[in-house]
Amino acid sequence: MSAHVDTHDAHDDHGHHHKETFVTKYIFSQDHKMIAKQYLITGTIMGVIGVIMSLMMRMQIAWPEEPNVIFKALLGKWAPDGVMDADIYLALVTIHGTIMVFFVLTAGLSGTFSNLLIPLQIGARDMASGFLNMISYWLFFLSSVLMVCSFFVEAGPAAAGWTVYPPLSALPMAQGGSGAGMTLWLVSMAVFIASSLLGSLNYVVTVINLRTKGMSMTRLPLTIWAFFVTAIIGIISFPVLLSAALLLIMDRSFGTSFFLSDIFIQGEVLHYQGGSPVLFEHLFWFLGHPEVYIVLLPALGITSEIIATNSRKPIFGYRAMVASILAIAFLSTIVWGHHMFISGMNPFLGSVFTFTTLLIAIPSAVKAFNYITTLWKGNLQMNPAMLFSIGLVSTFITGGLTGIILGDSALDINVHDTYFVVAHFHLVMGISALYGMFAGIYHWFPKMFGRMLNKNLGYIHFWVTAVCAYGVFFPMHFIGMAGLPRRYYTNSNFPLFDDLANANVVISVFALVGGAFQIVFLYNLFSSIFYGKKTTQNPWRSNTMEWTAPVEHMHGNWPGEIPHVHRWAYDYSKPGHDEDFVSQITPLKEGEEELQH
Amino acid sequence: MTALLSILVLVFILVAIWQMVKIFDLTQSGKLAGNNQVANDTDNKINGYLMLGFLIFIYVITIICFVQYGDLPLMSNSAAEHGPGLDNLMIISMIVIFFVQTVTQYLLHYFAYKYRGEKGKKAVFFADNNKLEAIWTIIPVIVLAGLIIQGLFTWNNIMNVSLENDPLVIELYAQQFSWKARYGGADNTLGKANVRLIDIDRANVLGLDEADPYAKDDIITTELHLPVGRPVLFKMRSQDVLHSAYMPHFRAQMNCVPGMITQFGFTPTVTTEEMRETPEMIDKVQNINKIRVKKSKALVAKGEDALERYEFDYLLLCNKICGKSHYNMQMKIVVETQKEYDAWIKEQKLFKNSLTNN
Repeated sequence: MSAHVDTHDAHDDHGHHHKETFVTKYIFSQDHKMIAKQYLITGTIMGVIGVIMSLMMRMQIAWPEEPNVIFKALLGKWAPDGVMDADIYLALVTIHGTIMVFFVLTAGLSGTFSNLLIPLQIGARDMASGFLNMISYWLFFLSSVLMVCSFFVEAGPAAAGWTVYPPLSALPMAQGGSGAGMTLWLVSMAVFIASSLLGSLNYVVTVINLRTKGMSMTRLPLTIWAFFVTAIIGIISFPVLLSAALLLIMDRSFGTSFFLSDIFIQGEVLHYQGGSPVLFEHLFWFLGHPEVYIVLLPALGITSEIIATNSRKPIFGYRAMVASILAIAFLSTIVWGHHMFISGMNPFLGSVFTFTTLLIAIPSAVKAFNYITTLWKGNLQMNPAMLFSIGLVSTFITGGLTGIILGDSALDINVHDTYFVVAHFHLVMGISALYGMFAGIYHWFPKMFGRMLNKNLGYIHFWVTAVCAYGVFFPMHFIGMAGLPRRYYTNSNFPLFDDLANANVVISVFALVGGAFQIVFLYNLFSSIFYGKKTTQNPWRSNTMEWTAPVEHMHGNWPGEIPHVHRWAYDYSKPGHDEDFVSQITPLKEGEEELQH
Repeated sequence: MTALLSILVLVFILVAIWQMVKIFDLTQSGKLAGNNQVANDTDNKINGYLMLGFLIFIYVITIICFVQYGDLPLMSNSAAEHGPGLDNLMIISMIVIFFVQTVTQYLLHYFAYKYRGEKGKKAVFFADNNKLEAIWTIIPVIVLAGLIIQGLFTWNNIMNVSLENDPLVIELYAQQFSWKARYGGADNTLGKANVRLIDIDRANVLGLDEADPYAKDDIITTELHLPVGRPVLFKMRSQDVLHSAYMPHFRAQMNCVPGMITQFGFTPTVTTEEMRETPEMIDKVQNINKIRVKKSKALVAKGEDALERYEFDYLLLCNKICGKSHYNMQMKIVVETQKEYDAWIKEQKLFKNSLTNN
């Protein structure tokens, strides 16, 4: 099935692109490597915004209703005399969630690494459609601008939680943020979904059609498998969120009743009849749960690649890793109901979703054990990327295990919507995916910018982040089990929870320190783009194809013919070879057997 | 506090920048040949040991959390009949989780330390082993099967409310940002209601159907009283947005959805008085009051009122984001003896008597 791209294309490319201007090279670029950089930079900026929001929330929770200069400076009229307003707290909750899940960990992570790595690792000149790829980025950029703009509308940004459940999100009189802010949120998300779908279609088509000669599906690096399957999940589930958003727009602006019924608010009965908010929950979580894996799978793919390379060992159980990616992808589309055990849906459905949800633990366990076995008897090169990958496995286990409690409908009754949930999903998808992204940046920075990131700053970045991540989210499980609901602006109206106040201060201090140390990373990232040490062609001595391309970026990726592939990506420390790595483009030696996978 | 915090943040940022610059200088002056931004043996060694240190950190933070906050979780002090079963399941799950967590984190970090790279060492080429993979597929399958089965039994047990035991039917009515309870009266049957029938002028705030005979003896209250030992069936309604009725001590939670009626049932087993006298609760309340006294001192110093002394009460909290004052949407729950309950309910106004402008 490998598509053969002949050298003719390459010559064409050379001919066309000599007359590059600044605009076509840096702004409306159709080159996947440049688009990857654009995603990275935009995603990083959105990440900074999202993290600052979370730090403000943590300050409010730890020191409720106290004047704070930072609030005064950043929130303006939303923090009169420096005391945070309850409305803006909910807005921060909402926009932090939206930005981190969609703009950083979906677009920033998938957008950066799918774009960078798919053509380079499968041996293609570029994405199937460079033009669609460019449109995809600019739609993402537009949606980012719209989302951030919502902070500047009169009544404030959307504040109904990132899940925007109606009727709260549908009725402007229910909440200030449900006016223009919510409209911007919905429009921004609709544009974002269009961007995401264009990107995903491109990834799928490219992986299926443009692999170089010899690059069979069973020789694909696990990164590509992860990006490929992620794109498929996105194509299946994002349109459902789009439909939910459109129906919500109809309810809000055109008087339909898809999600609304029998509402009495501020002294009047509204005309809505016959709709159900539970329908919205179903539509939302049909995307919302696969979204967790859209965020996580690319991170796991990146980790697989980095752990194998830096362990100087083949990834353990390649087939099982692919199978578990496929199993997770399939199961992810039939477990959405575990977010709705107590939504009022039929309890029998709760039983079904408990069953399917707990099944996901099986492929997840296989992945975790395979990572650990890959380390066993390796020759671990502790590069920053490797540290973040090991960190990912650690938080993936810690966060994933509590899923056993939340996925169990009976146990969910008492911890639903408490800080236990916050701790769980931040560890298993937030921190893990973020670690995946950091690992990817440290590992492929040389490929992107031709320079190296400073490793010592990387070490500081990792160790402080790792300690703080546990310091923040581990104690959070306990205050959740003590029954503290999330999304409370302050807990001071509940003396019952007074004994949790100390824990909240500890958590916030860890969060602030961890947040502050991300400056080390930002400094490293932006200074190394210009002043980093020049890289060699294959700094990590890796097998995959991207390192056979020249350091200097060029259109079409390889000068001359694209190399052919002769083996899988994980021939590290293979007996019979002098070096401890064998590039995928190295032909088999006489009498050498390829591992059949 | 704020000043302190700001200074703290500032100091950390400065330290970070100082560290960055210093290290940057050091690496720039390195005389190493080749690519010195790739980990060398020293880096492998230091980070290998740090991995071991991190493993200890994870264990320590686990122990600290259990010692410090371990008695906070609402375990083993449930006040509902289904509570102990649910708590057992929770404890079993926690044991499984902590066993797996301890072992896998150990393996991960210990391997990272043990097999840290050295120049000239070669890794073992070990790509596959079906037997091993079968083992770590099958073991989770068995463990999860057990958890799923027990979970489903517990869930069905909780959610299947039997009408045979003549449960007390109570409506929980949610609105931005308060709760109301409606009792069925002598006939224990709730009258028909819809928000379209709300008539504020007549004080028909829950939209009861005045023509419905069952509605006439309904009783609307702002405090929830439950007789101990009698099954209760809650019917939940919301008039505006989604809310969630969360009663943590009773291991009960259900969303209130405008346009539909949801339900949840349980049997309270411990009265408020009894709960206040359990040793765990005495400790907890003492501890909370100590914290409040300390806080009060600071408040009084600032010229504000001191905090009231805390006394334990069961609570109903809103646990679904519902707008600005979501954080303060609560209702007191009182569990009492049948006799006390009868006396209380007798004092409440019947719906037909609570209407104005007749």
